[in-house]
Amino acid sequence: MESSLPGGGADAAVEVHGLVKTFKSVEAVRGIDLLVRTGETFGFLGPNGAGKSTTIKILCTLADATSGSAKVAGFDVATERDAVRRSIGLVFQEPTLDGYLTAEQNLQFHGELYGVDKTTARQRRKEVLDMVGLYDRKDDLVQTFSGGMRRRLEIARGLLHSPKVLFLDEPTIGLDPQTRASIWQYIGELHKREEITVFVTTHYMDEAENCDRIAIIDQGKIVALDTPANLKAGIGEDRVQIATADDKAAIAALKDKFGLEAKMVEGLVTFSVAEGAAFVPQLFERLDIAIKSVAVTRPTLDDVFLNFTGTSLRDAEQKGSFNAMAARFRGR
Amino acid sequence: MTQQLAQASIAQVVVPKGGIRHEIRAALVVWNREMIRFRRDLTRVISAVVQPLLFLFVLGGGLSSLVAAGTGGVDFKTFLFPGVLSMSVLFTAAFAGISMVWDREFGFLREMLVAPVSTAAILTGKCLGGASVATIQSVVVIALAGLVGVPYDPLMIAELLVLLFIMSFMITALGLVLASRVKQVQSAMPLVQMIITPLMFLSGALFPLSRLPGWLTIVTHLNPMTYAVEPVRAAVFDRLNMPAEARAILDPGIWWGSYQVPVPLQVGLVVVASLLLLLLSVKLFNRTE
Repeated sequence: MESSLPGGGADAAVEVHGLVKTFKSVEAVRGIDLLVRTGETFGFLGPNGAGKSTTIKILCTLADATSGSAKVAGFDVATERDAVRRSIGLVFQEPTLDGYLTAEQNLQFHGELYGVDKTTARQRRKEVLDMVGLYDRKDDLVQTFSGGMRRRLEIARGLLHSPKVLFLDEPTIGLDPQTRASIWQYIGELHKREEITVFVTTHYMDEAENCDRIAIIDQGKIVALDTPANLKAGIGEDRVQIATADDKAAIAALKDKFGLEAKMVEGLVTFSVAEGAAFVPQLFERLDIAIKSVAVTRPTLDDVFLNFTGTSLRDAEQKGSFNAMAARFRGR
Repeated sequence: MTQQLAQASIAQVVVPKGGIRHEIRAALVVWNREMIRFRRDLTRVISAVVQPLLFLFVLGGGLSSLVAAGTGGVDFKTFLFPGVLSMSVLFTAAFAGISMVWDREFGFLREMLVAPVSTAAILTGKCLGGASVATIQSVVVIALAGLVGVPYDPLMIAELLVLLFIMSFMITALGLVLASRVKQVQSAMPLVQMIITPLMFLSGALFPLSRLPGWLTIVTHLNPMTYAVEPVRAAVFDRLNMPAEARAILDPGIWWGSYQVPVPLQVGLVVVASLLLLLLSVKLFNRTE
């Protein structure tokens, strides 16, 4: 974990030092340090109520920090509010479109609010609508759009004024898996088209895999910060599970021939190796016992989360659900 | 293919650094949104016009024979006309202001408040929108002037439109003040009814204030709607051939003790009240969101 930050400088899209936010007696954010590099997709991962949304609100100038400082695109969120707002695009968890306007009118509204000059705005509207595949629906009322289309439109709108940093707060919440995947595809393509830093919060582990680096936040503190691969590598090896004709003999053979300690888990011979996928061919070659099935599982970010917080994300979710509700009400 | 096109020419947008022109653009686009939504929502237009018409022709028609003795020969419907005109903008404008509660519920308020513009610009746009929508609706009522014996004097119509615009600007701002406090959609409409109905009854829109018991006079004099309705009435009555006694009964004017408040001062008070309410709403929205 990068707890000591370098000086920051021009390279930093988001720079946070000792950020604390207290609501009456509750400490929602308890001292966060963060450095997001320009051009990366940075994931902010944690259960509901961990302080993700509060942090993002402070970074977007929607809430004041109790103490600590934060800079976005080089501007201080406390003292250079409008400069920060001009440099960021926002996509919230909750929808913020006007259903009584058409897709294009929603974008027009945004362009005017952000003072984008009219000629550029027209060209830019077409670009962003094309990017999210909604150009042919531009004249339809947003109230006729599905949840996925609305979210895509929100992303397009967040990009309309060419922000330096795009904040996506749970951009895929409440969407079906297919739409979730397509949203991430757009986020991935973004970097090819724009010079942009993406700061995304999520509580879906599988989605965090799409990020260049992720920070795991739990109970208001960052408990881990690295690339998904490093985080997973940090906690161990792949798990291999096999079903064989003779499990006992297989366990003995694994010990003799490969020096591996295997045991029975869930009725399967289970052991850990560094490179599970590369090991399997050797297994077939040298283990003289018939193998009926093989499963190789890579450590997931779920395991990472479990490792750093001592609880699985789902459990943390359930425990935190009351706090999350409270946080939502506070946020209003 | 279109995707490649877009890729080839990324329009780099430079967001300008604030300034008054940017603020005006922001206010205008908020205004424009109200106009777009107004055009799309014909039901709202119709329902907002029906109620004043009921008051004018049903209540006014029913009461006119009862009160004929007290109006100095003037048709009660004629008397009611400026009041009903005011009423028609009152509810529309209040609704335009309180609609911010829906904007909050559906998230659009946030889209507006995170933009790099001032809250004042956004709320001014909202007030201009509410005032425009309400004034346009009042044209339907003005068109009926002939049916209640009010002439179609172009200058009078122009005066009325200006006065009604100022009045509805004030009421929209009042609606915004209320909207900043109301977080629940369900309580928005009852609150509007609770605030707007007394404002209307105590404004002299439906009967001359001189007939009210003394203690209510203080309340009516504190009611900003009183100063908004009276100029409308004066504009209409100035065009009628009305005996002086009848005018004295039906349009006694507003008196602070022995001082009769002149119409321009009344209009001035409404403008001041509008700006104060707008400032208050800006303050409240800045604090709560």
